[in-house]
Amino acid sequence: MLVSIVDYGSGNLRSAQKAFERAARDAELSADIRLVSDPETILKSDRIVLPGVGAFADCRAGLDAVSGMYEAISESVIERGRPFLGICVGMQLMADRGLEKTVTEGFGWIAGDVVEIAPKGPNLKIPQIGWNTIELEQPHPLFEGIKTGEDGLHAYFVHSYQLACKNLEEQIAVTNYGGPISALVAKDNLAGTQFHPEKSQKLGLTLIANFLKWNP
Amino acid sequence: MTLKTRIIPCLDVADGRVVKGVNFVDLIDAGDPVEAAIAYDAAGADELTFLDITASSDGRAATFDMIARTAEQCFMPLTVGGGVREIADIRKLLLAGADKVSINTTAVNNPDFVADAADKFGNQCVVVAIDAKKVSGEGEVNRWEIFTHGGRNATGIDAVEFACTVVEKGAGEILLTSMDRDGTKAGYNIPLTRAVADAVQVPVIASGGVGTLDHLVEGVLEGHASAVLAASIFHFGTFTIDQAKAHMQKAGIPVRITT
Repeated sequence: MLVSIVDYGSGNLRSAQKAFERAARDAELSADIRLVSDPETILKSDRIVLPGVGAFADCRAGLDAVSGMYEAISESVIERGRPFLGICVGMQLMADRGLEKTVTEGFGWIAGDVVEIAPKGPNLKIPQIGWNTIELEQPHPLFEGIKTGEDGLHAYFVHSYQLACKNLEEQIAVTNYGGPISALVAKDNLAGTQFHPEKSQKLGLTLIANFLKWNP
Repeated sequence: MTLKTRIIPCLDVADGRVVKGVNFVDLIDAGDPVEAAIAYDAAGADELTFLDITASSDGRAATFDMIARTAEQCFMPLTVGGGVREIADIRKLLLAGADKVSINTTAVNNPDFVADAADKFGNQCVVVAIDAKKVSGEGEVNRWEIFTHGGRNATGIDAVEFACTVVEKGAGEILLTSMDRDGTKAGYNIPLTRAVADAVQVPVIASGGVGTLDHLVEGVLEGHASAVLAASIFHFGTFTIDQAKAHMQKAGIPVRITT
């Protein structure tokens, strides 16, 4: 199984790759995890991961700077139905638009805009940085075997913006930071996490293994 | 669901090796930052901060290698600071495996650098490290100034005002070290921590002076810090991360219990 982590100059790529390798090993899955910067390899991939660290507009510009990359990702996941996982800004890019600093077009796969977390109290710092628990709104294969809720496992978040889902059936899991915030969005073979599974120890490695086994 | 208060061990490294002593019981090589990182990862630390005090470019290369090796084995967030002068430095650190980059002197010399970094990598990735020392006398209204070069160079810049400036420029987090308290084990400088934490919208990490577990609690409850950083109490095994978390939890602070 070829798993491509899209390398477009954004994100903590190395740690993502290492986490995927570790999760595959722990789950005894045979997976070739590659950092990929050419569209041809994306088209040959069985699964695609889009990481992202940084500002929405810069990530989008970085992706568009690789000629044919977005088209290859789109063909692979939308036309051919390969499983896709977006992480952090990679997840936010799945939205219609990003409103960080400027208005930027997203992929339009998950209905909604990426908007600033609105501070709702004097003690609510922005960005949300740190470990928070997850509330599952509806079952999803990516959360198989992961204990959620108040006493569940923690996920690591670092973000000032959030994907405000228009279709609540696409909002699979939320976290609470002055109100519910999309933690996992999904539709068909597409999924995205606001948190960083590659930095979320047990929860993250389990979710990554689930993604590698996922047959949507 | 609540965001948990973070406990962050900090390691000083030079040329890819830990320099301020680390003396864990089970560590084979106390000077290897990767081993220290693995030990902290297993112990339930919420993040790790590496402070690179390397002077030479060769040493810098060793540090990049160290970060890369750490990121291969620790699936927890890493902040790296020290020697960040250009945007390209940040890119290199992120590609090596850092998740956040801490900027100190460069931000003091040129606050617009913070804006450039935040535009490029997002606010969440940019930590500004502020080293502050009290300059007001007894009986005067508290005033703290920024110092650089290990506390030798006064800048005349007010620490609270500077914190507000860099946050406006796009800093996503403030790592606030009291130079008066650093290494004293007398506890965080609570008035300073509180003044900065209450003045800015972003999380403030308290640093400098931890000697007891009560100091961690004070940093959060009285200093209003979102995270607490400590070095020697953890490095020398005075307290474990678990003990620190249990103590904070008893004081009513939400923490992430991993065991």
